Amino acid sequence: MSNTLLQVIVSGLLLGAVYALFSSGLTLIWGMMNVVNFAHGEFVMLAMYVAFMVYTSLGLGPAASVPIAAMALAAVGMASYFLLVRHIMKGPMLAQILGTFGLSLFLRYSAFWWFGSDFRTLPDTLVGSPFQFAGLRLDAPRLLAGVVALFVTLGLHLILTRTSLGSRMLAVSEDATAAQLMGIRPERMQAAAWGLAAGATGIAGALIATFFYTSPTVGETLAIVAFVTVSLGGFGSVPGALVAGLLIGLVESVSAYKLGPVYKDVVVYSLFVLVLWCRPQGLMGKM
Amino acid sequence: MFRNIGKLAVTGLVLATVAAPSASAQDKVKIGAIYPLSGNAASAGNSSKAAIELAVEIVNGNFPDLKDLPLATTEGLPNLKGAKIEVIFADNQGTPAAGQNQTLRLITEEKVHALLGAYQSGITVTASAMAERHGIPFLTPESVASDLTERGFKWFFRSTPVAADFARSYSELLREQKAAGRKIETIALVNENTEYGNSVSKVIKDVFIKDGIPITTQISYSANTTDVQPQVLQLKEKNPDVVLFISYTSDAILYAKTMKDLDWKPAIMIADNAGFNDPSFVRTSGALVEGLINRSAFAAGKPGSISAVINEMFKKKTGNDLDDPSARAMQGLLILADAINRAGSTEPAKIQEAMKATDLKAEQLVTGYKGVKFDEKGQNVLASSLITQMTGGKYVPVWPKESATAEIVLPYKGW
Repeated sequence: MSNTLLQVIVSGLLLGAVYALFSSGLTLIWGMMNVVNFAHGEFVMLAMYVAFMVYTSLGLGPAASVPIAAMALAAVGMASYFLLVRHIMKGPMLAQILGTFGLSLFLRYSAFWWFGSDFRTLPDTLVGSPFQFAGLRLDAPRLLAGVVALFVTLGLHLILTRTSLGSRMLAVSEDATAAQLMGIRPERMQAAAWGLAAGATGIAGALIATFFYTSPTVGETLAIVAFVTVSLGGFGSVPGALVAGLLIGLVESVSAYKLGPVYKDVVVYSLFVLVLWCRPQGLMGKM
Repeated sequence: MFRNIGKLAVTGLVLATVAAPSASAQDKVKIGAIYPLSGNAASAGNSSKAAIELAVEIVNGNFPDLKDLPLATTEGLPNLKGAKIEVIFADNQGTPAAGQNQTLRLITEEKVHALLGAYQSGITVTASAMAERHGIPFLTPESVASDLTERGFKWFFRSTPVAADFARSYSELLREQKAAGRKIETIALVNENTEYGNSVSKVIKDVFIKDGIPITTQISYSANTTDVQPQVLQLKEKNPDVVLFISYTSDAILYAKTMKDLDWKPAIMIADNAGFNDPSFVRTSGALVEGLINRSAFAAGKPGSISAVINEMFKKKTGNDLDDPSARAMQGLLILADAINRAGSTEPAKIQEAMKATDLKAEQLVTGYKGVKFDEKGQNVLASSLITQMTGGKYVPVWPKESATAEIVLPYKGW
């Protein structure tokens, strides 16, 4: 195998881990509430601006911006739940879709108004320089994002399957009335799910900001990948998002290198359609 | 009773406006300007608006520093008894339909004498068609799509250089370098794959082949991408002597970052304006692309030159250096003002005649064109681009020699 191809594969897997990282929040909200959050990309965008502000006002990197963004976004997520989602859940399906879509436009244009249309980047020395390892060139910010992606996925999976909070959230998602009869307050659990999902998205955004550009429309670019990752992995499955993210990153990179960048989307979406044709619930989703 | 008073007042006003007439009609020349003041291209549109306003101040006032610039040292237009220019801005909202409606409004309601605009080529298409139908002169100072001047329009003019002009500049520069002994055997062209990237890359390819320096690798990609690593790795593997990028802002930023991450650079790197000229790119990534060669129709020249003085005035007004598209818009207004002054009239047909007779010299311009002279299709045949180079976080003109303020420094340094 040529050295370049190996480099392409490694870059693709790291990219895929990042895709998985910013998709886990989206899949969690779906799994818990059967609501598609169309404002997901804008949550990532807000977290990126948080990272940017932490750098400009405090001069600090991801060690500070990741926890701050996680908390800020958890608050945004819960506020979105109490002020908007809770109400539109009572309406028809279309209202739910258009409700979060409206939220996404609101957040995007608020960012235009507040931050302006300029592109911004964090200095690339914030995390560390790229380094050479076994003949491969690795970029420290991407490597950090990739490693954190694995931990966040594992953490979310453990919270959902091994803690009482997770069990209660799952109980509400399966049957809210029955859960209520057991003494669980559905609204609280749903708010917790939004907080958890948005918090994970906050971590993702703060890390992506270290190697990507930040602009009010960046959420639009990233959201498409998140939706594909989530439906390929299976709506609601956190490990599924990880597997799908890695797969998409790898396929994208190799096909862009072998066939040319304009064809990579054709390959990725063919694979996507093929998988959903055989397994409509996604790779790891439940029917 | 009150209603009658109202009527009387309105009649009075109408009479007053009608009575003042020939004098006041003479001392205002109305120019409509259609630009994206909202929507995706709003930052570019608003910058052009500020530049056009500055041009109006210069024409209407007296600026001895700018004595070579036509109309700068006379207040208003001398051939129209010192009539002042008034520009009425309209927002094209980034859509061809809005551009068309706003043009119609400017013509029928504001009764403008000439039109300027409309930034995006796709909007210039519809706006200028409206002007053509009503017989009002329309000048586009910035839209480059080649078919704009192929429609057989009689009222349409374009002052900006088009793709064939930049392609010739790049080719001349590369051949000069080759003659000086630099190795230029393999050339890669990397372009985004919408109208802009596809049409410009096609023209560049044709010109380069004719000049005997063929493109050896072409990579086209979609601008709205999340990752450019495979493209950069492909370049790294082929290792061409020259890379030419045709990109928008977000992808330009990703290329600059990724090339550093993957540690690869060519000996000569050229960028075709657009993303690489966006002030956002220069601010975020200027330090990663030291020595990048770019094109621009504007560069603030030596202190005391027209371009330097105007750059200072623009900086005072907006806080930013004058950028290339805004400078071209400003030049557009100055061309119209010069033609209207020579026409000595606000009659559209006379302005059209005067536009056709335009003959401005290089030293009378803000932009770096060799002059302004329109052919029968309305294209400025003397339009040309300067070649600039990123030096210490700023683009400085390096080619052609007569407008250069610095020597070209090669090979490309990067970060």
